Amino acid sequence: MNKPTFLLGALAGGLLLTSGAAAQTSLTVYTAVEAEDLKRYAETFNKDHPDIQINWVRDSTGVITAKLLAEKNNPQADVVWGLAATSLLLLKTEGMLEPYAPKGVDMLDKKFVDKGNPPAWVGMDAWVASICFNTVEAAKLGLKAPGSWKDLTRPEYKGHVIMPNPNSSGTGFLDVSSWLQMFGEEGGWTYMDALHENIARYTHSGSAPCKLAASGEIPIGVSFAFRGAKSKAAGAPIDIIVPSEGVGWDMEASAIIAGTAHLEAAKTLLDWSITRTANEMYNTGYAVVAMPGVAKPVQHFPEGLLEAMIENDFEWAANNRKRILEEWQKRYDSKSEPKS
Amino acid sequence: MTRAAERVSSGRPLRARLGRDDIIMRGYMTVIAVYLVVALALPLWAMMSKSFSTYRFDLRLYEFQVSDEAGAFHAPPVTAHELNQRLRIASSADLATNADGRLPATSFFPDFSFRSPVKYRIRGTSDDAVYLVGSDRTSGTQWVELSSNEFRRVMLRPVAGRGLDNYSTYFSTPSLFHSIENSLFIAFVSTVITVTLAFGFAYALSRSCMPLKPVFRLVAVLPILVPSLLPGIALVYLFGNQGMLKELLLGHSIYGPIGIVIGSVFFTFPHAMIIITTALAISDARLYEAAVSLKASKWKTFWTVTIPGARYGLISAAFVVFNLVITDFGLPKVIGGQYNMLAVDIYKQVIGQQNFEMGAVVSVVLLVPALIAFAVDRFVNKRQVALLSARSVPYAPQPSRRFDWLCFGYCALIAVFLVGLVAVCQFAALVKFWPYDLSLSLRNYAFDLMDGGGWDSYYNSIEMALWTAVIGTFVVFTGAYMVEKTKGFDSGRSLFQLLAMLPMAIPGMVLGLAYIFFFNNPSNPLNALYGTMAILVICTVTHFYTVSHLTAVTALKQMDREFESVAASLKQPFYKLLSRVTVPVCLPAVLDISIYLFVNAMTTVSAVVFLYAPTTTLASVAVLNMDDAGDIAPAAAMGMMIFYTNAGARLVHAILSRGVLARTQAWRAR
Amino acid sequence: MHRHEHTAGRSAAGGALAAAARADVPRPVYLRIDGLSKSFGSFQALKDISLTIHDGEFVCFLGPSGCGKTTLLRAIAGLDLQTSGTIEQAGRDISTLPPAERDFGIVFQSYALFPNLTIERNIAFGLENAGRTRVEIATRVAELLELVGLPDQGKKYPAHLSGGQQQRIALARAIATAPGLLLLDEPLSALDARVRVHLRHEIKELQRKLGVTTVMVTHDQEEALSMADRIVVMNHGVIEQVGTPTTIYREPSTLFVADFIGETNQIAARSAGASSLAFADKVLGSVAHGLAEGQPVTAVIRPEDVTPHALGYREGADRRNLCDVTIAEMEFLGSFWRARLAGARLGQGPLVADFSVNAVRRLDLHEGAAMTVELPAERLLAYSRNGADDASG
Repeated sequence: MNKPTFLLGALAGGLLLTSGAAAQTSLTVYTAVEAEDLKRYAETFNKDHPDIQINWVRDSTGVITAKLLAEKNNPQADVVWGLAATSLLLLKTEGMLEPYAPKGVDMLDKKFVDKGNPPAWVGMDAWVASICFNTVEAAKLGLKAPGSWKDLTRPEYKGHVIMPNPNSSGTGFLDVSSWLQMFGEEGGWTYMDALHENIARYTHSGSAPCKLAASGEIPIGVSFAFRGAKSKAAGAPIDIIVPSEGVGWDMEASAIIAGTAHLEAAKTLLDWSITRTANEMYNTGYAVVAMPGVAKPVQHFPEGLLEAMIENDFEWAANNRKRILEEWQKRYDSKSEPKS
Repeated sequence: MTRAAERVSSGRPLRARLGRDDIIMRGYMTVIAVYLVVALALPLWAMMSKSFSTYRFDLRLYEFQVSDEAGAFHAPPVTAHELNQRLRIASSADLATNADGRLPATSFFPDFSFRSPVKYRIRGTSDDAVYLVGSDRTSGTQWVELSSNEFRRVMLRPVAGRGLDNYSTYFSTPSLFHSIENSLFIAFVSTVITVTLAFGFAYALSRSCMPLKPVFRLVAVLPILVPSLLPGIALVYLFGNQGMLKELLLGHSIYGPIGIVIGSVFFTFPHAMIIITTALAISDARLYEAAVSLKASKWKTFWTVTIPGARYGLISAAFVVFNLVITDFGLPKVIGGQYNMLAVDIYKQVIGQQNFEMGAVVSVVLLVPALIAFAVDRFVNKRQVALLSARSVPYAPQPSRRFDWLCFGYCALIAVFLVGLVAVCQFAALVKFWPYDLSLSLRNYAFDLMDGGGWDSYYNSIEMALWTAVIGTFVVFTGAYMVEKTKGFDSGRSLFQLLAMLPMAIPGMVLGLAYIFFFNNPSNPLNALYGTMAILVICTVTHFYTVSHLTAVTALKQMDREFESVAASLKQPFYKLLSRVTVPVCLPAVLDISIYLFVNAMTTVSAVVFLYAPTTTLASVAVLNMDDAGDIAPAAAMGMMIFYTNAGARLVHAILSRGVLARTQAWRAR
Repeated sequence: MHRHEHTAGRSAAGGALAAAARADVPRPVYLRIDGLSKSFGSFQALKDISLTIHDGEFVCFLGPSGCGKTTLLRAIAGLDLQTSGTIEQAGRDISTLPPAERDFGIVFQSYALFPNLTIERNIAFGLENAGRTRVEIATRVAELLELVGLPDQGKKYPAHLSGGQQQRIALARAIATAPGLLLLDEPLSALDARVRVHLRHEIKELQRKLGVTTVMVTHDQEEALSMADRIVVMNHGVIEQVGTPTTIYREPSTLFVADFIGETNQIAARSAGASSLAFADKVLGSVAHGLAEGQPVTAVIRPEDVTPHALGYREGADRRNLCDVTIAEMEFLGSFWRARLAGARLGQGPLVADFSVNAVRRLDLHEGAAMTVELPAERLLAYSRNGADDASG
């Protein structure tokens, strides 16, 4: 192995130099937080801790989870800041998280903290499923706004609904797992069978359905409220609908990756991530945050979202994830004909 | 005389004493060969072995003990295996799972109720036993006592093994193996359409006297400059639900086979066109003269002279297109909708489901058609070369008003299609909020607010492409030089040739995945490369090695074979000859290789999509990710940045070729 | 397989005549090839070649394509290693040395001039990195350009020169470092006929002036005859004959050599004693051939050795060798006439004879004329017809 090491090392040598030298402690932080928020998060954090530099690795929930799992024996990340709790639970069962109780963890809603002691992860905010409904396109097609999940299975919506693929999207999975929890296993699959008939296609990412609805590519996109609010703020003719049966949700959470070389800095980041400042920061986009009493209403967020959030069993969702996804794939992923 | 006789009878062939040059050249060739082994063979090996790595629940590893209602344990411990044999709960196939598998412990207790006062104990029979209590990972041979309500949360975890389980799972899962059929179908249809269209185009270029030929030639290679997923984005704007020309599809959806085929025709067109043009260029005018003198009809001449003359070109083009389509990932990802294809399946398995083993299995499946197409192409290519060297009179087309205008019309249509898709992307990138706000703005170029790594991705891509062009050209050209000019060492040289040809047969997705398995392994000393720019460069150089190598070899073969002999007789080292003569004379080929590597490094998605890291996000991957997140307009904008960069690079290449080459190659002028 | 040790002293056909060879002047051996064989797979390109070349000699390897001459040259240069056998150059065993450690200059048929370097820099290529100063190199280049007769072409590129000029530059480059051995691999065959004849002379002049031992490979007998001190005739990987041009021409030791070099009449005959041959109808005196009586032979006589006489001429040493013939056909070839003679009653087919323009005028020869010709016994050669190639004279 000496020769190739030498050769590739020599090749790499020149390249590595260009990747930039860090002046202070720099943390590699994996995240699934929306790209447009990352800069703000880092800036706000750096106001309090200018000595810690954050190198973001941003990708969709599925990709980041895959990346972390792939790197199980050779972790590249120091901290995960903003990844679905379901994914963090998966990482926890692989023993990849460093349990740590951040300062002030007692101030958080218990729902938002891992049950382990010390907790393996702490929550930040919740992202909540909802429906993005393009009023302009719907009017062209003569579609009425759906009021509930069950409405989406009505024949008039055939080919006019897009939802994320739960196999790749965290939002997609929380939709599926919430339906299974709300309607029961059997009821849930029956519902999805009917819904599937109306789905134009399943997207890879969770925000795509709302963006596609916003651009009129499709009248109805099953996505999450936060994304809907953003698109609406950007001027898209959409309404954000909270289905009457209740909505699934997942939280964004943070954790330290076991084996990090920068444990102290990681702890500092985690401590900060549950402060009031941080929670206020999350609140700009998310209506529900981990620290009770912080949340103020978010512009364009639908009414009654909080009340509609179901009791979500994350552990069940995590431990049954593989089974659910396999079943889903078996039922819906083998379409050989596209829907028109 | 007797001395000589003895030597002959001993029959042992002489071995040449190696000169300094021989040693350096063989050593260097070995180094490049080792590079190819490390960058290609070993990762593929790691991937193959991953596809055989399985996960199974081993029920012998777990032992349970159940208490009575009072919580006292009287019953003897029993293993899960014994329970399963007694109750027949899980078949052997049920016990095969993947790395993420979980089996509820309660499934072995049919009358389990979480409200029951009965308590449960669980322990491993060896330290390998792993199970979860809720989300807590537990292992070891210590008894763990749990209430019914806690026991409900116990999940058994699988242990790793080796076997064919993954393959049997693959071929028993319709949603997976249907992709084979889909991929073959799409590749076949795209191939037929592309080769037909490209043949017409090439025919018009070489057999007519239509105007604007140079323009058509230029337009035809436009698609090479953009990532394969860009036509997908253009098609969304043209034929999507808000598409400008949506009605043309008569209610069919662009998301699916139609979109994939149209996009595939777009991005494979230049490849087919170039190959067929070359084939048509070598046909012999004398045959046409003979046909005219025999009073054969034009139609008959076409079928008896033109087509047979170009047959190897057509076959070669067909297999190249087939291979490109079946291994392409970007396009079906963007426009494929629910239509599953093999290359996308790899991505879905790995990225979506974190099922690396299944990703490896799909990769192996994808290798089969790719290898076959590759083998046929190589075979045909050899024939084509033989045809090329035949002595023939080049055909000079005669002007014919009607035919020329017909050709012009046809080529103009194709050109509109090719330029149109690119133009649509540029338009989409500039529109503020399609379709509701059609005012123009540069808002979509604010990449830093989107997924994909922002403007940094763009700069990273340029950096990566430059490194790839520089290092790749150096490695490829010197490697080709050594393999062409080293004397003797035949076994080493043929091994090297094989290694150099292999990358062409390896789909990018497969290569990228193989790199994860090989480099992201802590016990690999090269692990430090993972997540660096270096691994992206290594991967890209390797991915595009073959074509570069063939270009270099072709150029070197045109050099006088005796230059090395002359230099040796003049006692000059080979590297002096290399730097003073070989490289300067081959400079056009060297530049061709570097522009080829640069352009492909800018546009490639498939291999690097698995390998980029926070500091090394790439523009082409950003296009994918932004499209993925629904930010289609910014995706188009980034795609166009790649296009302009590549166009600029081509321009620089052209200027270099004309300017600098004009000076260094003054000897070419008579 | 039998072996020959080919040296100037032992050219095969009659030792006495070899005294005429110029190589008789004793010169030290420069290159000694001993038992050299070369196989490509099952094909044997060289079979046990032994040969010595003397200092300052100009030797041509002559033979049809595929005879192994180029292989032998490349073995001497170290470009293709022999399978077995040794090569000694100036007393040094160079058998397995790489080319760069041998001492030779080489010129190829393709010239192999570096196309992107000027003529000067082509010639200077081998002079650099050898401790010479720039001025020394420039002087040497100028001297060499002068030597090959192209003094003002130094700044041009090879493509700007004619083929003959390029070949001269290639020659200048090869001798620039003053190698002990000059190897020429078909140096003239890419040139047109006029240039070729001219360059032949120039190369020979140059070689004589420099005194450099030279080996040239050619398939052109005229080239070999006019340039070489000695010719090595090769066929099927073996040396057929080594000798001076005159020896090779006048006393070919095998039928192959006789046939390959110059024109011949070949007539089937039988041995009729030590120096007589029996033809269809008559017996003629011949060169002493030493073949047993009755053995089938091929009798060979060159057209120009057929001597014309007036009809009825009956003089000379051996009257048996006079034949009365009629001229069936005459062809004017410029400096001589070629006639096909019928009625010689030697065998089937006409006898071909070349007559000088003088003789034709003097004897008033024309088609249909009857005449007498002499087949001088000392010019009538015989080769055993037992084996195809295994003929002995």
